[in-house]
Amino acid sequence: MSPAPILSAFRQALGEAWAGGAGALLPLGFFAGAAVLVPLGIGTEPGMLRAVGPGILWVSLALSSLVTLERIFQADVEDGALDLWLQTSAPVSAIAAAKTFAHWLTAGLPLALMSPVLALMFQAEAGTDLLSGALIYGLGGLAFFFWGGVGAALSATVRRGGLLIALIALPLYVPTAIFGSMAMSDAAGGDSAPLLLVASTLFSLALAPFAMAAALRLAAD
Amino acid sequence: MGMLSAFANPHRFLALSNWLAPLFYALGAALIGWGLWQGLWIVPKDEYQGGDIMRVMFIHVPAAWLAMASYSAMAVASFTWFIWRHELADIAAKAIAPLGATWTALCLATGSVWGKPTWGTWWQWDDARMMSVLFLLFLFLGYMALRAAMDSRQKAARAGAILAMVGGLNVPLIKFSVDMFTSLHQDSSVITSEGPKMAAVYLWPLLMSGLGHSLLFGALVMTLMRAEIWTRRAARQRARLLAGA
Repeated sequence: MSPAPILSAFRQALGEAWAGGAGALLPLGFFAGAAVLVPLGIGTEPGMLRAVGPGILWVSLALSSLVTLERIFQADVEDGALDLWLQTSAPVSAIAAAKTFAHWLTAGLPLALMSPVLALMFQAEAGTDLLSGALIYGLGGLAFFFWGGVGAALSATVRRGGLLIALIALPLYVPTAIFGSMAMSDAAGGDSAPLLLVASTLFSLALAPFAMAAALRLAAD
Repeated sequence: MGMLSAFANPHRFLALSNWLAPLFYALGAALIGWGLWQGLWIVPKDEYQGGDIMRVMFIHVPAAWLAMASYSAMAVASFTWFIWRHELADIAAKAIAPLGATWTALCLATGSVWGKPTWGTWWQWDDARMMSVLFLLFLFLGYMALRAAMDSRQKAARAGAILAMVGGLNVPLIKFSVDMFTSLHQDSSVITSEGPKMAAVYLWPLLMSGLGHSLLFGALVMTLMRAEIWTRRAARQRARLLAGA
């Protein structure tokens, strides 16, 4: 096994995401746009926005990941890159994980880094630790991307698979969404919630690459 | 594996289900009928559980049990198909999905009907069991949608098996995470370490009703599987005729 195919898939995915989608600006714009719609929909009362803010950011993050993921494996099926990967000595699971990770770097991590700004717009309290909040959004986003990647790989051959990815991935997003919002709030169990979030993210990192590999082998047939 | 291979033979399955399915239908109907008669007319109502509305328990609890059992059965069948490629396992997983979704929806509907007079709400977001069952329904719907989107039977089987296995591994985590919320439900009163806590007058009709629903479920799965086997045979026969013509 040589790591070269994994690295080239990673570089290719980075380039694709960067060049084909206006860099990180497009996902950031979607994320901010989705979050900013909320006060228009539910009203601007500061106390309420403070209460729902973290949850809104989680929902926007989940939606952003789903929108980004629709095409990540479809192009590889269409242009034959997938068939070439299957012939290399590197495991497909590692290639799929590298690609998903690259997409998280360009479309997930920037959103987490932007979360403090949105949190302030949602009237986060003065004492809130916005930077550890960004870390938590980043880790949760990683789990979103890996579970969403499973949905993307499964529907790689399906035309207009976006809604299908959402239906497949949303139940898998539940633990991350719950642990994530608990970690952001002062509710009971808030102390262990960040650890549980990390654990469920590690679970997705351990399991999702193999499911993606199995699904991609199916897509190549 | 000898036993599994024996069950994997479609001829043997057709012969077995030919008499087993009608038997399950008859026994299931009888047990559900007895459970409903006991539940609706015989057992005393429990004012603490909302009065007469608690009688919905004799459908609600079996439906909840089947919702969980059917997803587990679908995941096991998918695993069996994925490892050993026994066609019958895929036929079983395909047949279980819509039935499991139906009983899961039945569980949610009867739970709502029971919850409204008892707790004053149709739906309670911070109730762990309601949320778990709702996500189970989404897992079933995603599975069916994915199979339907695939362009060949073989691809539908493979994609479905991957998703059902991923879902099956995630179910404990989903359950654990929603359990972190506080629950309105009373604690389990059928299965506890000290044996059943429920009064025997409720327990027997409930257990018989649960067994009846399980038998009916099994019979419906067998019927759908038989239909699928005959459909595939008909398709093969048609292809042969067209090739010969």
